[in-house]
Amino acid sequence: MATLLEVKGLETKFFTHEGVVHAVTDVSYKLDEGETLGIVGESGSGKSVSVLSLIRLIPQPPGKITGGEVWFDGRDLLKVSDEEIRQVRGNRIAMIFQDPMTSLNPVLTIGQQITEALELHLGMDKRQARARAVELLEMVGIPDAATRLDDYPHQFSGGMRQRVMIAMGLSCNPQILIADEPTTALDVTIQAQIIDLVKELREKVGMAIIWITHDLGVVAGLANRVIVMYGGRIVEEARVHDLYHRPYHPYTLGLLHSVPRLDAAHTGRLIPIDGLPPDLIDMPPGCPFAPRCTFKIERCDVENPPLEYVSSTRRVACWRWEEMAARQDGGFRG
Amino acid sequence: MAETLLEVKDLKMYFPVTRGIVIQRKVADVKAVDGVSFTIKRGETLGLVGESGCGKSTTGRAILQLYRPTAGSVKFDGKELTTMKGEELRRQRRRMQMIFQDPYASLNPRMTVGSIIAEPLEIHKISSGKEKQERVQELLRLVGLNPYFAQRYPHEFSGGQRQRIGIARALAVNPDFIVCDEPISALDVSIQAQIVNLLQDLQQELKLTYLFIAHDLSMVRHISDRVAVMYLGKIVELTDYKTLYDEPKHPYTQALLSAVPIPDPAIEEKRQRIILQGDVPSPLNPPAGCRFHTRCPRVMDVCRHVEPEWKNVGTADREHWVACHLYD
Ligand SMILES: Nc1ncnc2c1ncn2[C@@H]1O[C@H](COP(=O)(O)OP(=O)(O)OP(=O)(O)O)[C@@H](O)[C@H]1O
Ligand SMILES: Nc1ncnc2c1ncn2[C@@H]1O[C@H](COP(=O)(O)OP(=O)(O)OP(=O)(O)O)[C@@H](O)[C@H]1O
Ligand SMILES: [Mg+2]
Ligand SMILES: [Mg+2]
Repeated sequence: MATLLEVKGLETKFFTHEGVVHAVTDVSYKLDEGETLGIVGESGSGKSVSVLSLIRLIPQPPGKITGGEVWFDGRDLLKVSDEEIRQVRGNRIAMIFQDPMTSLNPVLTIGQQITEALELHLGMDKRQARARAVELLEMVGIPDAATRLDDYPHQFSGGMRQRVMIAMGLSCNPQILIADEPTTALDVTIQAQIIDLVKELREKVGMAIIWITHDLGVVAGLANRVIVMYGGRIVEEARVHDLYHRPYHPYTLGLLHSVPRLDAAHTGRLIPIDGLPPDLIDMPPGCPFAPRCTFKIERCDVENPPLEYVSSTRRVACWRWEEMAARQDGGFRG
Repeated sequence: MAETLLEVKDLKMYFPVTRGIVIQRKVADVKAVDGVSFTIKRGETLGLVGESGCGKSTTGRAILQLYRPTAGSVKFDGKELTTMKGEELRRQRRRMQMIFQDPYASLNPRMTVGSIIAEPLEIHKISSGKEKQERVQELLRLVGLNPYFAQRYPHEFSGGQRQRIGIARALAVNPDFIVCDEPISALDVSIQAQIVNLLQDLQQELKLTYLFIAHDLSMVRHISDRVAVMYLGKIVELTDYKTLYDEPKHPYTQALLSAVPIPDPAIEEKRQRIILQGDVPSPLNPPAGCRFHTRCPRVMDVCRHVEPEWKNVGTADREHWVACHLYD
């Protein structure tokens, strides 16, 4: 598959009163055509900032993209003009957020908001745009689409608003859909509806997806590849089966052990990850996970392990990844 | 078998919807909880799950008499709470506490952690002075926090630590029964396990009884002895955690279970989901007959008109309660 997007050495900081927040540090990855990439990590690990940086939606100040390149369509999105990046956003790269209410305008009808984008980006006239808007709402499963077009956002339920956001995101046939925890605020039965819808649209439209979540369950059934973030960095990347069945990074392993599974035996106790996530203002010099890691050695406190390819499809940032791999792979490697 | 600590019978909690500015006129009722019955044994954890707005928190609050129920009975340790008043009610309330979802909103930001935890001790005139200070230190240690944190303010703590402070406060008065209202929903995955383990340890150590409210079914299954599934103000199914997950009877429970993602791609690939159509109807005007009939994949004609009976379809020693016409 051809590479659609390539992020190289991305670095974003926030300059606040408390100090410099190292929100995203040295983040590099590729996204292939038609692929779904999951990004998982806990609150504050830099998931949102890393994707907002791609399309330059970082509030500036206090934020600043301080390094890196984002290659898309033969150009570096961090270097193109403001006008060019506006064309890319909402046209070639669409984004949906956790809380659709913040991205929908409460005083405009749903119809006005969808048709505006169609007229602006695709040059449709009013009638064409309206007809297409009805089509889009029908596509995302909103009943009575033609009438609902004249409703305001508050007249829709949370799940329906998220459907509207997806319809708007897809209205200009984007090549990439970035979804930032779009189901986190929804009930599980509604989450299942939305994921089902996205899978169906992915088949039909063939766009690539970056899906951000803190729920390891959600991307297990959706992503081809998963990136795990911790403390603003990527600590592991692998194909979905490898990541869940043979995690190499102690943090990934810890995350998988700390959640109860619906299908597992009632095991008595969970195995938590002790301690707290790192303070991104005062980053320790070594591995960001070291203070909480049960596999820590002395070196981890002083030297941050680089994110390295350990096979053609896997990357991991851990000094002890070989031992981890040996344990996980049942001794085949070790 | 352990004795019953809490017995809830046909509990209803309606909130009036009013119109008019000068003269408020009641125009309708939000039937937030509309006739639920269950018991909790001493030392047991009963899980209560269901989607947003189905009435879980309201059930918890009506049990604790934070809301006075519209109808029904709540017996705690053999005593009827719904008719109890004044000093007598206050004494019973001391034995029942609540832990909230939002560790940010539920702690007063202008009070030190020490005074937050000590407050219930003062309200119930349990201890004061040095004795009170010692109790606060003891409580902080009990929930895994450093006793010297007593001098600090809530904003200096992480979500998980604030939740521990909330738990310490609830434990201050030595309660028998705690309503845990989504105590971990606002926390990071890696921290959730810490708090759940703490709640389980405290239950063992202090012989606590829990009503554990959540919408994360995997977590509820993990922590509960029995689980009740709620939909639009009613409990539709109740049985032990194992039976509920192995042999769910109500189509809503089946859909809910099938919607929970499992962190295993091999399993997810093969899973057949039951995708429910549409949204939950409004509790202002719930559907006639079975409330789930508008979304039920197995709806029959009778479901639209007749409310299903709440009955035990299991055995006497393995009770399995369900309200569904499929089991008439
Ligand atoms: N506008 C801002 N000003 C200052 N700091 C910010 C700002 N936006 C984000 N940050 C900081 O950047 C870091 C990364 O935040 P980000 O929103 O990317 O996390 P996340 O992984 O998306 O978390 P969540 O799961 O909570 O959404 C955090 O420490 C956050 O506090
Ligand atoms: N004080 C109140 N006045 C009026 N209506 C209320 C009040 N409290 C709750 N309700 C309504 O009662 C219904 C049940 O609410 P409740 O908070 O018990 O749901 P829940 O199951 O706890 O939901 P969630 O999972 O979102 O916490 C909802 O429709 C809610 O809007
Ligand atoms: Mg985010
Ligand atoms: Mg609630």
